[in-house]
Amino acid sequence: MAPVIEIKDLTKSYRRGSQSIVVLENLSLDIEESEFLALMGPSGSGKSTLLNLIAGLDKADSGSIRVRGTDISSLSENGLAKWRAENVGFIFQFYNLIPVLTAFENVELPLILTNLSRKERKEHVTTALRLVNLEDRMEHYPRQLSGGQQQRVAIARAVVTDPTILVADEPTGDLDRRSAEEVLGLMEKLSSVIGKTVVMVTHDPRAAKKAGNIKYLEKGVLANAPQASFPECI
Amino acid sequence: MLLKLLFRNAFRHRLRTALTVCGICVAILSFGLLRTVVSAWYAGVDASSATRLVTRNAISLVFPLPLSYKEKIRGVEGVKLVSLGNWFGGIYIEEKNFFANFAVDSKTYLDLYPEFVIPADQKLSFFKERKGCVVGRKLAKRFGWKIGDAIVLRGTIFPGNWEFVLRAIYRGRDKTIDENQFFFHWDYLNETMKKIQPRRADQVGFYMVGMASPDITAETTESIDKLFKNSFAETLTETEKVFQMGFISLSQTILTVIQLVSMVVIVIIMAVAANTMAMSVRERMSEYAVFKTLGFGGGYLAFLILGESMVITALGCGMGILLTYPAADAFARAVGEFFPVFNVAKETIYLDIAASVIIGVVAAVFPIWRAVSVPIASGLGRIG
Repeated sequence: MAPVIEIKDLTKSYRRGSQSIVVLENLSLDIEESEFLALMGPSGSGKSTLLNLIAGLDKADSGSIRVRGTDISSLSENGLAKWRAENVGFIFQFYNLIPVLTAFENVELPLILTNLSRKERKEHVTTALRLVNLEDRMEHYPRQLSGGQQQRVAIARAVVTDPTILVADEPTGDLDRRSAEEVLGLMEKLSSVIGKTVVMVTHDPRAAKKAGNIKYLEKGVLANAPQASFPECI
Repeated sequence: MLLKLLFRNAFRHRLRTALTVCGICVAILSFGLLRTVVSAWYAGVDASSATRLVTRNAISLVFPLPLSYKEKIRGVEGVKLVSLGNWFGGIYIEEKNFFANFAVDSKTYLDLYPEFVIPADQKLSFFKERKGCVVGRKLAKRFGWKIGDAIVLRGTIFPGNWEFVLRAIYRGRDKTIDENQFFFHWDYLNETMKKIQPRRADQVGFYMVGMASPDITAETTESIDKLFKNSFAETLTETEKVFQMGFISLSQTILTVIQLVSMVVIVIIMAVAANTMAMSVRERMSEYAVFKTLGFGGGYLAFLILGESMVITALGCGMGILLTYPAADAFARAVGEFFPVFNVAKETIYLDIAASVIIGVVAAVFPIWRAVSVPIASGLGRIG
């Protein structure tokens, strides 16, 4: 079966003043359908940049990223925004819920860009919140929810549009162990039971263990095993 | 839901929003009041008729014209009616009680000014009474005068104490008409002057000329002035509007300053509102990045930010407009003698609304540009 995500010779650099800092260099990677991939590496290794590029949040200097056959590096800003809305679900470290919207409204947000009727949107949101076990909290505002519950709302928001891939940036970084277990359990379920392709950036080896596949990044290139400079992964 | 979000965003920082709304309210109130002051200044011009001409001494308004000019003017082609009058300049009790008072040829004058609405019985009673006078509704209210009251004015230009009996009270046909004037019979003035200062008798301060049509004013003014060319009292004939503008031109600089200040007030509040919006958007940059992440384009962000800005300015503008009316009333009571007509015009309200729309849009422009142009990764605060 063809990989869902095909990354070829990806290079990305940032300019800091007159200096150019290479973050990713000629990186190639395939991610299979329903795979739960954890990206690990020290700070500044380029894992978040890679995640941004896979999710279409940023553009590479060179190389290509194909998601289900679509070369996203060739899409315009508007095209990319539309593609993200239809194909990517996001889970952030700090949940990034809109504080003035209820859990229900936060999950409904991505559906505004679809052609669904109000009734259909309600059904989708209820299903997504049921999936993360927060059906009874849909009228609560983020400040009325614990960190774990907020992250579960964020997961519901990420899956409500039924995207091709889910990207998660340190999804357990701000959670206690119990909440982190719950969130990781959910993500594992989304991959193994529902068949979503999940790409997660993490520093936490326990979180990475939940993933079916772990890739290590070191100075912008993929490494096969944890390096000495990155002892927490060993 | 975006509309709901827009309103909720507007009130996330209640104190900041309240202060900004208060600032806009005060600015709109000041703008409205200043524009009303300017309108009040032009009230005489606005109320003037295109079919009325004013003929006065060519040297200056303070020099009189002979009474004999009346019949000559009446003979000019296009002239329908001629009235005359003198600025009396009388003082009621003390100088601070200032109001405009004129001796006029009553019948012709009131025919020329149909905008002064007087009940028929009162008008008749006024015409019959030699010492009768007619005053505006606001002036009567100001001094508590009633029909039949005796009023004494102390003459400044025409010496002595002048006794009058109030026989009629007029009201303006519309809000632009000055209801603070005092008129009495020119014959009463002239006959008295014949007795006490005969050399000042039969002297007229100005002629009011009623035209059959406004289309021939240029020819008529020329014809009237030509009649008295090289006489000992040459005339200057102007339309009533130009005549009134002559008074305003004396205070044109003050009016320009007032108009400028009203604009400056709007520019200042524009900066305050822009600062509020910039602060709000800067604080919510990560939220806008999330919106972009979810696929919302620049148009949606512009809608949210512009909408929030418009909600805040509309609130301030609404409050400012509501407060303009009682504030204008209080202002009119305080300085009524200087501004006999002090009404908040519809145009002022339209200008208020236009100003608040401009404030709302200008305040949102830079924050929209920032929110739309910041890369998502920067907005989310993570690069590495």
